[in-house]
Amino acid sequence: MDINLALVLLLAPFLGFLTNIFLGKSLGKNVSGAIGTIAVAISFAMSLFFFLQINQTGQPISIHLFDWIAISNFNIEFGFLLDQLSLLWLLFVTGIGSLIHLYSISYMHDDENMHKFFAYLNLFVFFMITLVMGSNLLIMFIGWEGVGLCSYLLIGFWYKNQNYNDAAKKAFIMNRIGDLGFLVGIFIIGALFNTLDFATLKATILAGNNLNAYWIGAAALALFIGASGKSAQIPLYTWLPDAMAGPTPVSALIHAATMVTAGIFMITRLNFLFDLAPAIQNIIAVIGAITALVAATIGLVQNDIKKVLAYSTVSQLGLMFLALGLGAYEIAVFHVITHAFFKACLFLGSGSVIHALHHEQDMRKMGGLRKAMPITFITMLISSLAISGIFPLSGFWSKDEILMTAYHQSPVLWVIGSIASILTAFYMFRLMYLTFFKEFRGSEEQKHHLHESPALITFPLIVLAILAAIGGLISLPGHSWLNHYLEPLFSKAHEAHHLGTTEYMLMAIATVGALIGIGIAYAKYIKQAQVPEEDEKITGFSKVLYNKYYVDEVYDAIIVKPINLLSRFFRDYVETALAAIVFGFGKAANELSYQGKKIQNGSIGFYLFAFVIGFCAIVSYLILAQKKF
Amino acid sequence: MDSVLNQIGIENYIFLSVALFCIGVFGVLYRRNAIIVFMSIEIMLNAVNLLFVAFSTYHQDAQGQVFVFFSMAVAAAEVAVGLAILVSIFRNLGSIDVANLKNLKG
Amino acid sequence: MSTILIIFSILAAVTLASAFMTIFTKNPIHSAIYLVICFFSIAGHYLLFNAQFLALVHIIVYSGAIMILMLFTLMLMNLNKEDEVHKPRITRLGAVISFCLIISILIAIFVQTKPIVGPYDTTGEDYQSIKVLGKVLLDQDNGFMVAFEFASVLLLVAMIGAVLLSKKEKSSK
Repeated sequence: MDINLALVLLLAPFLGFLTNIFLGKSLGKNVSGAIGTIAVAISFAMSLFFFLQINQTGQPISIHLFDWIAISNFNIEFGFLLDQLSLLWLLFVTGIGSLIHLYSISYMHDDENMHKFFAYLNLFVFFMITLVMGSNLLIMFIGWEGVGLCSYLLIGFWYKNQNYNDAAKKAFIMNRIGDLGFLVGIFIIGALFNTLDFATLKATILAGNNLNAYWIGAAALALFIGASGKSAQIPLYTWLPDAMAGPTPVSALIHAATMVTAGIFMITRLNFLFDLAPAIQNIIAVIGAITALVAATIGLVQNDIKKVLAYSTVSQLGLMFLALGLGAYEIAVFHVITHAFFKACLFLGSGSVIHALHHEQDMRKMGGLRKAMPITFITMLISSLAISGIFPLSGFWSKDEILMTAYHQSPVLWVIGSIASILTAFYMFRLMYLTFFKEFRGSEEQKHHLHESPALITFPLIVLAILAAIGGLISLPGHSWLNHYLEPLFSKAHEAHHLGTTEYMLMAIATVGALIGIGIAYAKYIKQAQVPEEDEKITGFSKVLYNKYYVDEVYDAIIVKPINLLSRFFRDYVETALAAIVFGFGKAANELSYQGKKIQNGSIGFYLFAFVIGFCAIVSYLILAQKKF
Repeated sequence: MDSVLNQIGIENYIFLSVALFCIGVFGVLYRRNAIIVFMSIEIMLNAVNLLFVAFSTYHQDAQGQVFVFFSMAVAAAEVAVGLAILVSIFRNLGSIDVANLKNLKG
Repeated sequence: MSTILIIFSILAAVTLASAFMTIFTKNPIHSAIYLVICFFSIAGHYLLFNAQFLALVHIIVYSGAIMILMLFTLMLMNLNKEDEVHKPRITRLGAVISFCLIISILIAIFVQTKPIVGPYDTTGEDYQSIKVLGKVLLDQDNGFMVAFEFASVLLLVAMIGAVLLSKKEKSSK
């Protein structure tokens, strides 16, 4: 029974993909959209069922389909592991996924390739489910690669624009660089423990006899490189802002809620491994904190509404990695969930705005949309308050837990995290003020057409905003359902924070910091009514921030250009040499036969001459060349 | 009576036969007229016949001479057919120059 | 220098000289005549071997039939005075070289094998007179009767072939 339902969970989106890719064109837009949405909704229903079951019994469900690789004593099975962590992930992936599918029916309605869009979205959900449900590292890797592929397909969905294609390529290649690290990690783990299965690994590691600390550290580092590729940490983060070239539902689903959380999922899955490598955990925490800060600073001056949200995502992911590095896995998971809610809501809201303004994304041309698009405004306001960490919304609880843990372990990281949070509040409200307040700065024609988006767009917004508001209830300090739920997964029980004076002080500091950020934004953009300048007029440090610290240019110079040179060298010299050799064989044979043809000149005298010579040769070899006779 | 070989020795006959054979080969390669080529072939055959007879005396066996008998029969047949072909070539090409028979050129 | 040796040397000289001249004269009729002389000298050699039957058959078949055939063909083609173009120089050089090569190789073979030629004993019996030759040739059990019959078939086929090949084609109407 369980196997069948699990297979339905896994395969419903895949069937949706097949239907839409082959029959989508003939089925029409609404039907293909409905099929896509229903497929993911079915998966959501199944995951809900399994979630309720596991909530009651606490027993993970292990499903074994068949033995895949069996080499002497190294066995990899093809199977799924439905435990607390994977079901939690499945819930929000399929849940938010179905909401975004619903949203896309309306958002992508003008696009002629809508069926392809839904096909790719379904394929993405299918691979994400594979990633989450896999019972060993190899199946997770299949899903990992698959979501990378779908990300490429979806970012470059409007393929007629070369810039979008380049962005898609960039995303895929950077992902692949990370994947190399992931593979190296898999190899090391396979060599060390002779298995890739999560349950077996956990048992072996927790049993803890003669574990090679050096190699475990190496494996952890390699896996972290993989995670940083997928979850956009320094130095592999530059693809995520460029990935905003894809349609907004794609940004919401993949680059806010699901794919980028795969790295965090993987590290949480292997928490027992990372617990054994404290040095690597330090590295993770530091990189997470720095990423959070750097991305926040870049987000301060961006003018494209989606780019601001992209850098915000990178920054929040940095906070999640900070939590992971501090060993607080449940808190990282908590922040993943709350972030999924409010970030998806923000992206979908920005999509609604973009749709209303006919694909205008520059905030300098927006403004005053409060009256025209009330639902969008209110939902985005709630999500912005959540992300800024205002009590009592969900973001407050999760971010505060992270900062509290950081304070207890390393005050420096706490400072960095807090500054990042203050900057987050600032630029989120900068976004809100520039988009929804004051007067509309766009063209007259756009002003006439301003209206609220249709129900299919606003309904997911409302649902997500509600979740962003009340999502914090799943893990209140001192009484955390989430911690209790995830307890069987972790070896080191994480002590809940006792709410003492320090904690209240930290909460107060964080809230005050967020209010200061909002206040400065208010002063700048409402009181002084400033509008960010045109691109050419930006100078000084703002210019550095606006150009993302020129990191892309640096990467281009030190990595892309040498590789291009190398490939051009190979094409010009090595390939011509090889072609000359290969064709040379053909030419030599040709020449040989052409010369050889001249022996057959038809003159009998010559044939007889050859006859005589041949006879002499044979006879002299046979008789005269023998030493003995 | 003593065999003639006692007086002359078989090496001389071998040398003579070899020389005659090689003259025949030379003639085949040297001349352009097809009939002279035929004649050279006959020279070669004769050289071989001579050698056979010499060795027949050497072994005191008549089988060598029997072989010469058959060799002559075959030579006669070959000349008949060969000359017939030559006549037919002459009728088609107008000359019996060996250098003109080049249609098998590849 | 016994008589036989002198006779042998003269005959050998005639053979080689006439064979050589066969190749080198320009006029094909002359070369035919030289060849006839060559055949006669070889018949002389056969006589030295006491192979009388073979000598006579040789003269009859070769000089009497084959050379006549060749002379007929020569006259048919009106090749009396032939001014034939020589082969290109390199081909003639090649012919000379191959001549030297093949003669040296064959002699080298003979010299190297160092055959042991012992005393040439004579059994004293008659082994090659025509009577014995006939018996050897036509003996059914261990003779060459079958080959003899085949040789006659061969001659028949050659005759038919020669007639067929030299028939004039009927001109198509």
